[in-house]
Amino acid sequence: MPIRDEQSILLGSDLSLSYNNSQVLDCVSLDIKRGHITTLVGPNGSGKTSLIKILLEMIKPDSGYVYRQSGIRIGYVPQFVKIDPTLPLTVQRFVSLGGRNPLNEIEKILAEVGANYIKDKPFQSLSGGERRRVLLARALLNKPDLLVLDEPTAGVDVTGQIALYRLIADIRDRRGVGVLLVSHNLHLVMAATDHVICLNCHICCEGRPENISRAPEFLEIFGREATDALALYAHHHDHNHDDGVGVPLSAHEKNAG
Amino acid sequence: MLDNLLIHALLAGVGICFLAGPLGCFVVWRRMSYFGATLAHAALLGVGLGFVLSINVYIAIIGICVAVSLILVALVKDLRFADDTILGILAHGTLAAGIISVSMFSNVRLDIMTYLFGDILSVSTADLVWIYCGGAISLICLFCLWRPLISITADADIAFVEGVSVSVVRIIFMILIAFVIAVTMKIVGVLLIISLLIIPAAAARPFSRTPEQMALLAIAIGSISVVMGLKLSWWVDTPASPSIVVAATALFFLTLIKKQR
Repeated sequence: MPIRDEQSILLGSDLSLSYNNSQVLDCVSLDIKRGHITTLVGPNGSGKTSLIKILLEMIKPDSGYVYRQSGIRIGYVPQFVKIDPTLPLTVQRFVSLGGRNPLNEIEKILAEVGANYIKDKPFQSLSGGERRRVLLARALLNKPDLLVLDEPTAGVDVTGQIALYRLIADIRDRRGVGVLLVSHNLHLVMAATDHVICLNCHICCEGRPENISRAPEFLEIFGREATDALALYAHHHDHNHDDGVGVPLSAHEKNAG
Repeated sequence: MLDNLLIHALLAGVGICFLAGPLGCFVVWRRMSYFGATLAHAALLGVGLGFVLSINVYIAIIGICVAVSLILVALVKDLRFADDTILGILAHGTLAAGIISVSMFSNVRLDIMTYLFGDILSVSTADLVWIYCGGAISLICLFCLWRPLISITADADIAFVEGVSVSVVRIIFMILIAFVIAVTMKIVGVLLIISLLIIPAAAARPFSRTPEQMALLAIAIGSISVVMGLKLSWWVDTPASPSIVVAATALFFLTLIKKQR
């Protein structure tokens, strides 16, 4: 199955994986498009991280294929980065490990993610939110066509989460990159997404966020949490007009509000 | 004659520090000191194997260290046992087998003491050739691998996505560790090898702002320890190899005076 759609940069086709005799992924197919934000949601243990690892070719699926458009570059932001405190590594140096870019370029990218003020700090001293921004800067260093972010808000407080999603949406708008996000909580995710894939070993349902959150399969998995997320989204929207973060979900605002 | 002994010892000790300093930093950064200690214990089995197969002892040690690392990589996938349990089993199992093999094939007890605790004053010209030629090649490898090694030390997954051949870099790093253990064994012995790797690196940490500074400082601190240890041994007639380790340890505690920022 060659990539026919110009906009497709990464395709997964019928991916299956089992581990210790239990099925982790069952015939999962997905299509990541340039300029789109695709979000994988699903409960813990639903195979999200395994799927990401297969798409990044870190592990091989038992069956199925991954097609990358030739020549695309991928920037990856993992869920956790643990660097031993004995390694003296400033933020600037950490980012520069990603490529042989000149210093001013690194400073520019750090400024783009709002992290230039911490460029001389040791990486290990950063807070959760700062860490995400720096990781994002490193992922952007090689001018990727696709950004893959595993749980970008893990260990970040709610205000920080809002800011991060806004930043990711801004980067998409500015650079036209494809974005693949993984999340196990729904808070705010829905607002800044073009396409949601609800994963629980297999793909339960997928579509635009305003449609997906009404799907019975989705509500069955997320139930109450979904209601919370929508409430939070509505709150968020109340205070941020025309900020470019996602499309207002008018139907939900009525439902949630 | 005595001068010659001392000069050999000094050349050997300082030569090893040039490699042990930077490699020791990676051992500290990658939290591999117990892994290094396990390989060091296994090195004695290499000595025994060298006798049995009548091959060069250094080559036998490097071979055994690489083999033990590969066994480790396979065993840590068995999730029934914690990694440190497996390391402990391999370390002491190979050490015991090593003691048996060495005592079977060599001039017994005195030799075992030499291998366990080292004898820097018995360094031969051939040893120096190994240290300096092998050390130079190893340093060139390390220099070429520096950037990807720092990158996988910071985060291996990101490095992989960026195109670093993570497993190749890891294997070469492991061979470098095996080499430094082989040449260090004669100097400080099985039980103290790891100290020459990690103590200078740890002592360099409070004064370093970059990985490179830390590596260079570790070389300097290691070399100073060698000089101090040999002087101590010369004046007070203490055993030379433990004196070097004691000097390094003393320097480490001195560096703790520097306040944490």
